[in-house]
Amino acid sequence: MPKVTVDGQELEVPAGATVLQACELAGKEIPRFCYHERLSIAGNCRMCLVEVAPGPPKPQASCALPAADNQVIRTDTAMVKKAREGVMEFLLINHPLDCPICDQGGECDLQDQAMAYGRSMSRFDENKRSVDDKYMGPIIKTAMTRCIQCTRCVRFAEEVAGTPEVGLLYRGEDLQITAYLERALTSELSGNLADLCPVGALLQKPQIFEMRPWELRKVPGIDVMDAVGSNIRFDTRGPQVMRILPRINEDVNEEWISDKTRHHADALVRNRLDRPWVRVEGKLQATDWAEALQIFADKLEGAGSDVAAIAGDLLDAETMFAAGKLLEGQGSTLLEGRQGGMDYDVSSLAAVAFNSTIAGIETADVILLVGSNPRWEAPLVNTRIHKAVRRGGAQVFAIGPMLDLAYPVTNIGDDLSLLGSLPQHVLDAFAGAQRPAVIVGPGGLAAGALGASLSLAASFNLVRDGWNGFNVIHTAASRMAGLLLGWAQKGGLADIEAASPKLVLLLGADEVAPTRFPGAFKIYIGHHGDAGARHADLVLPAAAYTEKHGTYVNLEGRVQRGEKASFPPGEAREDWTIFRAVSDLVGRALPFDRFDQLRAAMIAQVPELGREGLIDLPWSPPSLAEAATGSVTLPIKNFYLTNAIARSSPTMHRCSEELVEGRTFAEAAE
Amino acid sequence: MGYTGPLADKDRIFTNVYGFQSADLKAAQARGDWDNTAALIALGPDKIIDEIKASGLRGRGGAGFPTGMKWSFMPKEPKPGKPNFLVINADESEPGSCKDREILRHDPHKLVEGALIAGFAMRARASYIYVRGEFIEEAAALERAVKEAYAAGLLGKNAAGSGYDFDLFVHRGAGAYICGEETAMLESLEGKQGRPRLKPPFPAGAGLYGCPTTVNNVESIAVVPTILRRGASWFAGFGNPKNEGTKLFQISGHVNTPCVVEETMSISFRELIERHAGGIRGGWDNLLAVIPGGSSVPLVPAAEIMDAPMDFDGLKALGSGLGTAAIIVMDKSTDIVRAISRISYFYKHESCGQCTPCREGTGWMWRIMERLRDGDASVDMIDRLHDVTKQVEGHTICALGDAAAWPIQGLIRHFRPELERRIAERNGGGMLEAAE
Repeated sequence: MPKVTVDGQELEVPAGATVLQACELAGKEIPRFCYHERLSIAGNCRMCLVEVAPGPPKPQASCALPAADNQVIRTDTAMVKKAREGVMEFLLINHPLDCPICDQGGECDLQDQAMAYGRSMSRFDENKRSVDDKYMGPIIKTAMTRCIQCTRCVRFAEEVAGTPEVGLLYRGEDLQITAYLERALTSELSGNLADLCPVGALLQKPQIFEMRPWELRKVPGIDVMDAVGSNIRFDTRGPQVMRILPRINEDVNEEWISDKTRHHADALVRNRLDRPWVRVEGKLQATDWAEALQIFADKLEGAGSDVAAIAGDLLDAETMFAAGKLLEGQGSTLLEGRQGGMDYDVSSLAAVAFNSTIAGIETADVILLVGSNPRWEAPLVNTRIHKAVRRGGAQVFAIGPMLDLAYPVTNIGDDLSLLGSLPQHVLDAFAGAQRPAVIVGPGGLAAGALGASLSLAASFNLVRDGWNGFNVIHTAASRMAGLLLGWAQKGGLADIEAASPKLVLLLGADEVAPTRFPGAFKIYIGHHGDAGARHADLVLPAAAYTEKHGTYVNLEGRVQRGEKASFPPGEAREDWTIFRAVSDLVGRALPFDRFDQLRAAMIAQVPELGREGLIDLPWSPPSLAEAATGSVTLPIKNFYLTNAIARSSPTMHRCSEELVEGRTFAEAAE
Repeated sequence: MGYTGPLADKDRIFTNVYGFQSADLKAAQARGDWDNTAALIALGPDKIIDEIKASGLRGRGGAGFPTGMKWSFMPKEPKPGKPNFLVINADESEPGSCKDREILRHDPHKLVEGALIAGFAMRARASYIYVRGEFIEEAAALERAVKEAYAAGLLGKNAAGSGYDFDLFVHRGAGAYICGEETAMLESLEGKQGRPRLKPPFPAGAGLYGCPTTVNNVESIAVVPTILRRGASWFAGFGNPKNEGTKLFQISGHVNTPCVVEETMSISFRELIERHAGGIRGGWDNLLAVIPGGSSVPLVPAAEIMDAPMDFDGLKALGSGLGTAAIIVMDKSTDIVRAISRISYFYKHESCGQCTPCREGTGWMWRIMERLRDGDASVDMIDRLHDVTKQVEGHTICALGDAAAWPIQGLIRHFRPELERRIAERNGGGMLEAAE
C-alpha cells in the first residue's frame, strides 16, 4: 500500500492505483476526457496533468502514472493550472463551440471543464477544422467536428463490446474517428458509445434534437427487455419517457445497457392500448371500463375454477401476485409464465438460476455454453464472459449453432448428446479449471438439456467452496419472480391446455400461439397492441413497466425495484387495479386497496421479494433424466424484436432491418 | 580533456562511409569486421556492458543517453516466454540527418555484427532492425548483408561460432517520422498504427510484444564491435569528458562541400566546417545561423556557434543540442523565418495526433509561423506563439511536441527583431503612430 501525499494530505492508496485514483481518494477532482475507469488507459487528452515529485520538472498525466511510495502530488499549483488551461485551449481551438445546437449541451464534459479551465476569449485567429460526419448505423449519430479524439469509443468497441469496428484514420490534426468502412456498427451495445463520448460527437440518433437534459426528471427503474435486470434511469418530460440511461450497478450492468434497453423508449408512446376493446362478431370494438369490467366479471363467474392466467415476459412481481390472488379466489391454480411451452423442472430454483452471479462469471476460467446465445439473450452477461476471456484468458466452449459472440468460442457441435460424451480436450480443460462454469441457455432448456447439464455440475464439481458454476440464462424479466410466485405447471403450457380452461387471462402474454385455447374466452391485459391483443376477445389496457412501481427478480435471483416514471396513457390503468376492480364485481374483493398494501401482501406470502438483493438459493439440484439429444433451436430469432414494446418501436425496427436483415440505408446529406 | 580532432584516418570506425569499397561480406571482413567475433562474445555480457560504459558512448539517436547504462536495464535472466529483444532504430527521418543511411548502404556489416554483440550483451533472443520506409536501396543493402551473415554462419544458431543463438530481422517502415520514436516504433513493429506509448512502463520492462526491449540507434550499435576491439580507453580518448568518442557529422546547407564525415566529438564548429565542408559559402561573415542537431533543436546564431565545441554538453550550453549531429548551415541569404516555418509544417504533418497539445498545437504554431513569415500579424502574436510553444513543450506523450516547439523558441529567442521588422514593414513601413 503506497503512501502518497496529495496537496499536503497524506494517505495510503491501494497497490496498483494510479496517481489520478490517489487524487480522487484524497477528494481532489481531476479533470479528464480520455480516462475512463472501465477502459484501458490512453493518456492522450493530457487534461489530468498534475505535479509529481520525484519526477521530471514538468506536469505528469496522472491517469497513466502509477502511484508510488513517498510521492508528493500537487494538484493545485500554478504550473498545474496553467498546463490544464493550455490543454483546454488546444481542445477548444478546433472545437466548433456550437453548444446552443448541440444535444450534449448541459451534460458535456468539455463544456463543464471549460467553465473551470477555459479562457474567456479565443486566441486562435485561424480557420477552424471541420470534419466530415461518419455513418455509424441506426443508433449513433455523429458530428465529428466536435470530436476531441479521446478514443474512448475506440476502446469501448474493442475492449467491452468486442466488436473492434471503430478506429482512427489519418494522423496529426487530420486524425478522425470512423467506423470500419462507415458501415453500421454491429454491436448491440453501441448506444454506450454516445454515453462515453465526453463531447457531442457521438449522439443517440433516435433522440436527436428531441430534448435538453435540464428539462428532464430522472426516475430510477429496472429494465425488462431481458432477464438481466439492468439498472436504468427514465428521463421523463411531462408524461413521456424521453430516454433511458444506465445507472451504475457493479453487480449487474456496470454502467452499460444494450441498445434494446436504451432505445425502446420511443415505443412507449406508440401502438399503445389506451381504452378497452371487446370483440363483437369477430371484430374488436371500443368500449368503456364499466362494460369491459362487467364482461370480465361475468366471464369469471361463468368459468368458476376453469380459469387460467399466463404471464408475459415483462411483468413485475406485484402484477403476477395480484392476478394469482384473483385466480386463487376462483379456486384455480392454473398459472404459467413460460409462454413458449418450456417445461423444465422448477422444483429447485437454484437449478434454474445464474448461480455464479453476473459479476462472478468474470472470474470463471472454463465456460461451457449449452444452447445459448448470450449476446442476444443477455448482452450484459455476454460482456462479462468477454471480460473473462479478455482479462482472465478463460476458455469458452459451446454446444449449439455456430455464433459470433464477440470473443473466441470453440464450438464443439450442435447435438445435445455431446453433453454425455464431451470431447477429451473439453474434459481436460474442465479437469484443470479452478472456476469452471456451465451456462444453459433457453435453447438448451427448451431442448431438455437441464438434466444432462446438472449431471455435468456433479461430474465437473461445478459447485465448490465459494463458487457455484452452474448457470441458466432466462430471457424473460418476469421469469424468476414468476417461479417464486408459483407461475409454473409441471408440464408447462401443455398442462394448462389439458385443463381446457373456459377463461384465459393473457397478462401481456404476446408469445402464446393464437391457435392455443381455441374454445376459451381470452382476455388480454397489457399495454401494446401486439400479437396478444390481436386474438383476444376482450382487451383491457394496462400500464407498461415505466408506468408502475414494480419488483423484479433477475436471472441470478436478485430482487430489484423499479419506480413509476409516468402514467398509463388514456384510460389505461395499472394492472393490479383491474384485478382489484373485477374482484369487487364478483364479490370476492382482493384484500388490498393501495399499491403498498398489495406489495405488503406479496411480501407476506413470499418474504424473499421483500429484500432487495440476491435471494439465497440453496443448492439442491433435482435428479432429472440425463439424456438429451438433438440439435438446439435458439428462441431469439431477432434481438431487436423480442417483445411487444420492442416490436412497436420504430428504432428497433430500423435496427432489425439494418443489422439483422442486412438492408443498407443511404443517409440523406444534411 | 580528450583529443578534439582532427581525427586521424587510422582512428576511423566507418572506413567505408563513402562507399569507395564494396559493402559485401568479403570486403567488410577485409576492413576488419567479423574478425573473431566469437572472442568478443566470449568476454561475456557483463564485461561487454562494462566496456561500453567505460567507453563513454552516448546514444547517437539524439537524446544522448549513455548506451551501456541503457543495456544494463535489461533483465539479466529473461523469464520463460518473455525473451529480451534488441530493436535497432534505422528510421532515420529527422530533416538534416543522413548518417544511418550511409552505414546501411556502405557498412551494413558493422551494424549486423554490432547487433549480434549488443544483442548478446543484453541477453536478447533476436534483434529487429526497423528501416525507414523510403530507404529502398538501404534496406536492400542491409538485407543482403543479413543474408550473407546467415549464409556464413555469423547469425542464427551458434552465431559466429560463439555458441549463442541469435536472429536478426529487417523490418521496413511505411514512411512515418513518428515511428522513429522508440515506443511508436514498437507499435509499428507489432503491426499497429505508429503511436508512441505511455511511459512508464519503459521498453526495458515491457517493450516489443510486452517483452523487455532496448531500442538503439544504428550508429550506437555499429560502433560497438570497434570499441570492443580497440578498447574502451581508445574510444574514450576522443572528445571532452562525458562526450567521448567519434561521431558521424552530417553537414548540409550553405557550405561549399556538404558531406557526412566521421570526426571526434567536441571538435570546434569552425574546424569541422573548414576541414571537411570547404568553409561557409561566402565566408564566415556570411554565416547567419546554424541548426546543429537536426531540425528539432533550436538554431544557434553565427556568433555563438563559430567556436563552439560540437558535443552534447557544449551545444546544450548554447540552448541547443547535438541531436544527431545533423548540422544545417544557413548563410545570410536564408529567409530564416520561412525556414523555421517549413520545419513547423514538417512537425504538423508528422504529428501522430494522439495527444492533444501536439495534435492541435503543431497546426496552430505552423499557421502563426506562416503569418509571421509574411509579417501578416501583430507583435503580440509573437508572444502568443511563444506561449503556445510553451503549452506544447513538456505536455505531450512523446518528444515530438518538444521537437516542434524548440525550433520556434530558438527563432524567437534569436531573431525577434527580424519578426518585428517584417510585421512593421507589412503594416506600412514603420511603426504606426497612435492616433491622437
